[in-house]
Amino acid sequence: MRRDLALLMPGGKRGGSILPLLFFLAVAMLYPFAVGPDAQLLARTGGGVIWVAALLAAILPLDRLVAPDLEQGVFDQLALRGISEELALAVRMAAHWFSFAPLLLLATILAAALLSLDGETLRKVLLGLLAGTPGLAAIGVMIAALTAGLRGGVALSGLLLIPLAVPILIFGAGSLSRPDGAGIALAAAISLVLVAIAPFAGGAAIRAAREG
Amino acid sequence: MLKPGEAYHVAGPNGISKTSLMRILAGLLRPFSGQVKRTGDVALLDERSALDPQVSLGKALAFWADLDGVGQHERHACTDHVGLTDLLDVPVRFLSTGQRKRAALARMQGQQAPIWLLDEPLNGLDAAGVALTEIMVADHCAGGGIVVVASHQPMALPMARTLELAEFIP
Repeated sequence: MRRDLALLMPGGKRGGSILPLLFFLAVAMLYPFAVGPDAQLLARTGGGVIWVAALLAAILPLDRLVAPDLEQGVFDQLALRGISEELALAVRMAAHWFSFAPLLLLATILAAALLSLDGETLRKVLLGLLAGTPGLAAIGVMIAALTAGLRGGVALSGLLLIPLAVPILIFGAGSLSRPDGAGIALAAAISLVLVAIAPFAGGAAIRAAREG
Repeated sequence: MLKPGEAYHVAGPNGISKTSLMRILAGLLRPFSGQVKRTGDVALLDERSALDPQVSLGKALAFWADLDGVGQHERHACTDHVGLTDLLDVPVRFLSTGQRKRAALARMQGQQAPIWLLDEPLNGLDAAGVALTEIMVADHCAGGGIVVVASHQPMALPMARTLELAEFIP
């Protein structure tokens, strides 16, 4: 876990850079220029934009998440020591979450100011992201493991992401237009399911890559 | 069948599946038929060092040493043995092929597994490195360990039986 964190954190050794965060803020900054400075429109659509930006920021570091370790035989060596791919990926997933989610939540507060969101919307976006980002991290690790052994894996990542991320986005961003917290609860439920299956799906993918 | 203290030298030309055999022995690949039985942990040394290129050699080795529960004293002994003590602060990406191989040897020695699988251990090593590897293998066998070496190069391993894979092609 400590090694994973050291590699993935912003400024970390594997170029786990600050880029996803800057990307996220750049979207929040540029969006008002693109749709015009109508405060009402911004406030109405801003929450959704934050969600999409968060999703994209979460997948930026995907190509560095699993592939280098597969190439260098780290997973092989772990397997010889009786550490399963599932465990390694569960740790990797947690490290990935820590590397982008807490900072993303902070940046959301800044982005909310840029998009003139009111306090209530901001609260919902933050709660929703807190519920949804573990799911995004799980999707990230799953996709990274699936595409690690493939050529053109990055392009495939984008395609794989869409169907996997749609449910979280629907409920997470959908919660903004509802008075109750049902959407957030559903986003959290989907997150939990994804977190539960990601290590197993990813582990199977890595073993399959070994045979290939 | 190998008893403690015995060794095999798996020989054969390129492409005859020496590496596949080693990976099957390590349990990383499934054989089409037949089975592998072993008692005791296994350590594998192959083309890939499994050391993070971005971090210093000392930290990269410490990651595996922590996993393997190696004490401080043995860590020094292992790196000293392969002559890398002066390079512990250097990031792995600056090391040469031979130095990485030596680092991988140190990692494997620290693992303290009774069974060693060496896949082309001599690639990239200089004459002193080759001699060092041969001594390490001899010592390991003398200590009751089992070694399987796959190499297309000749190795001076007096205790090892040679297994010519070419003879097993149907």
